[in-house]
Amino acid sequence: MAGADLLAILPFLVLAAAIVVVMLAIAIRRHHDLTFGLALIGTLLSFISLWPASEVAPRRVTLLFIIDGYALFYIGLILATTLSVLLFSHGYLKMRRGPQEEFYLLVLLATLGAISLVASRHFASFFVALETLSIALLALIAYPRDRARPVEASLKYLILAGTSSAILLFGMALIYARLGTMEFTLIGDRLRTIAEASDIYWLTGLAMIVAGIGFKLSLVPFHMWAPDVYEGAPAPVTAFIATVSKGAVFALLLRYFLNADAYNFGSVFIMINVLAVASILAGNLLALLQNNVKRILAYSSIAHLGYLLVAFLAGGALAKEAVTYYLVAYFVMTLGAFGIVTVLSSVAGETEVEELADYRGLLWQRPWLGGVFTITLLALAGIPLTVGFFAKFYAVAGGVGAAAWPAIFALVAGSVIGLFYYLRVIVIMATPVAEAEAVEFETVPWTGSTTLAALTFILIWLGIYPAPLISLIRLTALQVGN
Amino acid sequence: MMLLWIFLVLLIGGALAWLAQRGGRDWPRWVSLIVLVVDLVLVLMVWSENYEVASVASRGTWFAELDLPWIPMLGIRFHLGLDGLSLLLILLTIGLGIMAVAASWSEITDRVGFFHFNLLWTLAGTVGVFLALDLFLFFFFWELMLFPMYFLIAIWGHERRVYAAIKFFLFTQGSGLLMFVAILALVFINHQQTGATTFDYFALSGTELDASTEMLIMLGFFIAFAVKLPAVPLHTWLPDAHTEAPTAGSVILAGILLKTGAYGLLRFAVPLFPDAAMSFAPVAMALGVIGTLYGAVLAFAQDDMKRLVAYTSVSHLGFVLLGIYAWNELALQGAVVQMLAHGLSTGGLFILVGALQERLHTRDMRQMGGLWARMPRLSAIGMFFAIASLGLPGLGNFVGEFLILLGAFSRSAGFAIAGAVGLITAVIYALVLVQRAFHGEPRGAAALPDFSVRHMTIMAVMIATLIWLGFYPQPVFDTFRPGLGNLHQLANGLTEAAR
Repeated sequence: MAGADLLAILPFLVLAAAIVVVMLAIAIRRHHDLTFGLALIGTLLSFISLWPASEVAPRRVTLLFIIDGYALFYIGLILATTLSVLLFSHGYLKMRRGPQEEFYLLVLLATLGAISLVASRHFASFFVALETLSIALLALIAYPRDRARPVEASLKYLILAGTSSAILLFGMALIYARLGTMEFTLIGDRLRTIAEASDIYWLTGLAMIVAGIGFKLSLVPFHMWAPDVYEGAPAPVTAFIATVSKGAVFALLLRYFLNADAYNFGSVFIMINVLAVASILAGNLLALLQNNVKRILAYSSIAHLGYLLVAFLAGGALAKEAVTYYLVAYFVMTLGAFGIVTVLSSVAGETEVEELADYRGLLWQRPWLGGVFTITLLALAGIPLTVGFFAKFYAVAGGVGAAAWPAIFALVAGSVIGLFYYLRVIVIMATPVAEAEAVEFETVPWTGSTTLAALTFILIWLGIYPAPLISLIRLTALQVGN
Repeated sequence: MMLLWIFLVLLIGGALAWLAQRGGRDWPRWVSLIVLVVDLVLVLMVWSENYEVASVASRGTWFAELDLPWIPMLGIRFHLGLDGLSLLLILLTIGLGIMAVAASWSEITDRVGFFHFNLLWTLAGTVGVFLALDLFLFFFFWELMLFPMYFLIAIWGHERRVYAAIKFFLFTQGSGLLMFVAILALVFINHQQTGATTFDYFALSGTELDASTEMLIMLGFFIAFAVKLPAVPLHTWLPDAHTEAPTAGSVILAGILLKTGAYGLLRFAVPLFPDAAMSFAPVAMALGVIGTLYGAVLAFAQDDMKRLVAYTSVSHLGFVLLGIYAWNELALQGAVVQMLAHGLSTGGLFILVGALQERLHTRDMRQMGGLWARMPRLSAIGMFFAIASLGLPGLGNFVGEFLILLGAFSRSAGFAIAGAVGLITAVIYALVLVQRAFHGEPRGAAALPDFSVRHMTIMAVMIATLIWLGFYPQPVFDTFRPGLGNLHQLANGLTEAAR
């Protein structure tokens, strides 16, 4: 392994070192703020080490990983997201019983899995990274272990993640059996030499991989776990699952499709189309029936993954650009939404503030938090002056580029339905409360409110002037090496 | 740069009005009023500079243009352009904006700052729609005017405000997305032909499309505009939204937001897709006539005065749709005048209903009657606007409707005759309104406060403008005619080709 290789994987090394340091620090002395600080610094250092790594990119490191512009962009995105999740968690955990320190250790571990995922170019690294992510998440979901719902959610996640991993492995095995390789690019090369395009091993293998990934992304019909897990997990963990975990898997799926030329198969195209339409319609329609903000956001996230698949359909440079922009937007909006839930839950004792009734009159009682939540919901609905508007633009553009008309009409219908339940939450927040009910509120932790302010700023800034982000995406995320 | 300021003044003013709330309840009102007057002066300056130019049309049809890069990688530009048509509609927007602020002076006492913020931002979005020459920018503004309007209805509206607000938002958002898909399809086709990604109005108008594609893309635009207009059968959001909105909201909805639909047809749906529009014209004209008659019949059947006025909008805008797709010089001129006159007459009626509701706490005409004896000034003015609405000669609405029917007659006698029946039904609902509300036995002896000086002033301005439009509409014709020039040419070319 050459020096340049080590330089290329510096972000991984730094984060892994940070994990060890945090672990040792906990062993020596339990201290919430200290552990939090170490985790924060480790993530920051890892983020900073992206610059030296970019000097040697694109570079293949062993057969398993590739550090190209695409990987670097997504690593940066994931680390920045982890940073805000850490900040949200600090205030949230401070008010709760029990040891808080291991939480940060687990978040860093999951992050390591996620950033390894986006740099994978081989089934082996893909699977190991995915399991690192999933197992850390398992413990995070059940972190408040003295309460029933988180433990139940964790168990659900365990079973479904196990099943989906098994399906995924089966699919990989089928492809390996037929093509004799586990490298994405070699799969693409060898496929071209196979005469018949509808090779049964390859297609079955791919279908099983997509199904396995569909579980992780909670696409319909593999979505059953999502609402329960979102509801049961502590709010910052939900934010992490909705963003980092799904985003990293999606980034990997796109890399696999690009490198292995999976776009060239009509049946695969139809499969993605069906998943997209089903996710958009089912996600939005089921969200209408919910009375719990976390469940509403869970179904809304299912629908958003459907929109992402519409952008994904385009293939080529347009898909890379559209998916990347959409993911950034989705990260910002989802972090904002779950950030609000986290921040409100931080001052609510041991309970989570998640029922719609808890949000009645929020706009008048806590105008800033209510305002931020309103803006975030409008962004999720794709209203202009927010990042969501350009995200929707990219999704429709991707669909039009692929001429996937059924998916586009599902997107239009889904957006209208989606608007309805986002507006429902806003209406509830805008309902005036009687003076008697209007009690004084504790101020929310400053870490949470500062992060929310930053996220809102990004959300509006990218909604008015997205050009810098698009330039950055074109500079980095479009460079997919093999 | 003047164009940017016309738009920015409203945006900044909205934020200022919100902040001004700290000073007291009257502050946001005054700030909004000042902002709107400043904006009005700006627009009038542009008009006076260009009036001569407009009359002779020597310098092309654009009075002012502004073209800045916005998102260069996607070919999206901040491209604004002002011609006579946009200028008149912006004047109407700002004028009615002032009326709306004045009309809600005593009506809105709750969260005054946020109210005026939403009011000014709706106006800003509308002004943007009338100025945008980049299709992406147009869609951006099109969506931007929605959510402040939603808040206006949902927070300050009447009994069923939440239902009405959500229905309004869903209808316009859904149809808007269809238009967005159509825009992107057009851009992609243009990209395949020229290799350039652009959303520019002029570049895209050169795209060659085969007949079926053109029709589909045109329908994407048409549906969005037909919802806004509204054309039957896409009108069902309108009675609810207009009835439940606060007075200022109804004035802006009926007076201005509906005009964005007609403007979209005139600026985009017809000139970008002339062939498809020509073959679609009979359908659109039929929808227009149906809207005219259906709106009038439903208006007649209402007991709620505000709902009655809302249905008259469906009827009047049916005329506009008929005029646009009759597509000759007379009909188009009539359509534009009708848009302006309807904005004023319906705006006036909504202010009147708002004032009545403030005094009587009901909009139900069964509870009214004999109001003339108790509030003579208000009733007389109500009578005037009702008569304007039925199209009495000498007032703006008559000019519009007469020209539309004249133009439509040369295109298709059948539609013109059916449309003319709409004039008679208008007489029925307008006189019924006057009869039920103002005439008859008074329902109580208690004195009711008549119109104040504030109300009398705004009503006087609107009455004067309507009379001016009725007697001397020539300056208005001169201003917008060059802007519609390309439409006439297209129409002539297509009729030539058809022969």
